[in-house]
Amino acid sequence: MKSRKRWLSTLAVFLSFALVAAACGDDSETTTTLDGGTDTTATPSAGAPDDFQIGIILVGPEFDRGYSQAHFEGAQYAIEQLGLPEENLISLDFVNPGDNPGLTPEGVAADMISQGADLVIFNSDDMRDGALAAAEQNPDIPMIWVSGDSAWADGKAYEAELTNLGNVWGQMIFGKMIAGCAAALTTETGELAYLGPLTNDETRRLVNSAYLGAQYCWENFRGESADSLDFTVTYIGFWFEIPGVTLDATQVVNDFIDGGSDVVLSGIDTTQALVRTGQRADAGESLWAVPYDFVDACQEAPGICLGVPYFNWGPAYLDIAQSVIDGTYTADWNWIAPDWSDINAVDSSVVGYGKGDGLSTENAADLDTFIAGLGDGSIQLYRGPLNWQDGSQFLGDGEVATDFQIWYSEQCLEGVVGACSINVFG
Amino acid sequence: MSSYRLTNLVLPISVVVASAVGLLVLAGTNPWDPLQLIVEGSIGWPPFEAGKSAKVGDTVMVWVPIALASAGLIVTFNAGMWNIGIEGQIIMGAIAAAFVAREVSAPRPLLVLLTILAGAVGGLLWGLLVGVLRTAGGVNEIFGGLGLDFVAISFTTYLIIDPWARTGVASTSGTDIFPDAALLPSSSGTRLSLLAIAIALLAIGGVWILFRGTLYGLKLKAVGANLRSSFLMGIPTNRYLLGAFMICGALAGIGGTVQATGFHFKLIPAISGGYGFLAILVVLLARYQAFWVIPISFFFAMIAVGSSQLDLRLDLNSALGGVLQGVLVLSAMFGLGWAAYRTKRQLQEASGGDSG
Repeated sequence: MKSRKRWLSTLAVFLSFALVAAACGDDSETTTTLDGGTDTTATPSAGAPDDFQIGIILVGPEFDRGYSQAHFEGAQYAIEQLGLPEENLISLDFVNPGDNPGLTPEGVAADMISQGADLVIFNSDDMRDGALAAAEQNPDIPMIWVSGDSAWADGKAYEAELTNLGNVWGQMIFGKMIAGCAAALTTETGELAYLGPLTNDETRRLVNSAYLGAQYCWENFRGESADSLDFTVTYIGFWFEIPGVTLDATQVVNDFIDGGSDVVLSGIDTTQALVRTGQRADAGESLWAVPYDFVDACQEAPGICLGVPYFNWGPAYLDIAQSVIDGTYTADWNWIAPDWSDINAVDSSVVGYGKGDGLSTENAADLDTFIAGLGDGSIQLYRGPLNWQDGSQFLGDGEVATDFQIWYSEQCLEGVVGACSINVFG
Repeated sequence: MSSYRLTNLVLPISVVVASAVGLLVLAGTNPWDPLQLIVEGSIGWPPFEAGKSAKVGDTVMVWVPIALASAGLIVTFNAGMWNIGIEGQIIMGAIAAAFVAREVSAPRPLLVLLTILAGAVGGLLWGLLVGVLRTAGGVNEIFGGLGLDFVAISFTTYLIIDPWARTGVASTSGTDIFPDAALLPSSSGTRLSLLAIAIALLAIGGVWILFRGTLYGLKLKAVGANLRSSFLMGIPTNRYLLGAFMICGALAGIGGTVQATGFHFKLIPAISGGYGFLAILVVLLARYQAFWVIPISFFFAMIAVGSSQLDLRLDLNSALGGVLQGVLVLSAMFGLGWAAYRTKRQLQEASGGDSG
């Protein structure tokens, strides 16, 4: 009997705890909210229905201070500019098979649509299969596959029947040229390193652009010979490090520095290159880094940051959302140039470059000259003669590359050291 | 219902409920909403509502590999073996299936059959390797299995990044999509494959029969209960241990096939989805009972698919689903253990009272 009483009292304690805890729980409605979003006015702007919702599917963490955060904040900007409350933005991060093996992009899109999304954005090249499947399954819902080429009639992978799936991408080739220039202006050893993600046309395009910017500034501002600049790239295998699957990004940065590089440019979605380089610099080494993607990325190690080429997705997402609201949305391929009148204009430039504290005043002035030259067309870096890494010709003497040639960069350029196609671990 | 049965039933449930509620309150939410959303995100709310067939399909297709791996683990657990190498066996099954899917041209029914057989063989051989290391090399199956898991993961990454890389792309995001003829047949607009479900149910039924009605199963249990005594009784223990690993590996390998050709439609680095490790928890919770694998693994599949709703609808990190899963497993095991302990105590007290 004594034992039974003890059993009952134990059970009572547990159930009481459960009931009390349940009673103390949050009774709020099950609605989508935004972490860290600024206050928005609750009154929609004219023409924006108050139930208009944007769904954005992020490949990485929402607050990675890199690629995914840039997209998330761009979508936030669009919602705010439309005068809609933050609840009208539906987002899900970590949508990749490594972090969420039970999730698929098309499944997440279906969830968002059932929750009321009027526009769905897939933020990664990696979501190609899911974006195509979702567009096919939901032909009446406008969608955007960021960085893709499915809507490019002249592209290699045109999907003419998917009239609801558009593509958008910023001309980051210019951001990377500026990054390469800043690195070349600053380096003391003449050895630059580039931490690459995975190898594809996009990432080779960006490596090549950084290399061309570096070479130009090395020769024209530093007055050095072209062949005295080393430019090495190592790819880790994915957009961000996945332990046990990709190379260890921090270790790769260590290898760069131990090998003599004093400026590390990042091409991955997260800030490991900047963070690790900053740690080594704190230990007394003369080092600098250039992160990527997110406007405030330099804050991770401001003293050694030469600046950041970043995406400012807000204006592009606002235009797309407005076209959906207006009923004028068409599934186009948009490769958007920076606003050369002010590449850091929040309301108009999709690509920008935020200078870092590590960039000297003198070098900053040279960088401004370089940017002005890119903007007015007096500096054209994709002009021949240029060869591919294997020695074959990319552009003949005086030939200027077309969008198609730059977009589908099948190799790295001659002069770039490191495997840029397959066998990245080799 | 006797007080013993009541203890065995109510106490674990109370512990699980209290733990789940406590965790969700700590996460700052009403406990009911997340649970409802996980159900809604996996099979719809009310359950199996119309228009949720794609979600149900996803959930079922996550359930299949967990169930298959769990069925296999029941065999090795009964043989007294901790087959931590189950992840590698799933992966090698997926790799073998991917090889057939990519390299073999045949009519769909034949090609699907070949991928399943290849997956079974791939997993079987990888399981056999763990067994050989255990029986011939004296390598503890936990360490051997864990080592082979890493080998399998690295091998997958190598294949994806190099020989099976997409044209012009070297990304750990995966290979090209397999040809249609190699994909498991599924219901229109969903991943739901009746063939995969049938295989999983047959596997569970087969394991149930193995330990309920066959001499082989009985001897396997004897080996698991006491290896040395079984050997002295004339049972070829090494052969039985190898057999257990082969059965488990084959079932896990078929699970890998389902992952590759029925869910992702390609080979990806994380092709196992961690479902092998999850299956270990399933089997522990099911107490090696094949029947209970069905609902318990389905519950885990619901969390795997439905937990994204926590982020989408409640702004809770979807990783909370995994935390919830772990807390439920640990609390359930604690509750079961506690109930067993109390029952034993009560029986001892009763026995003492009778004798006195």
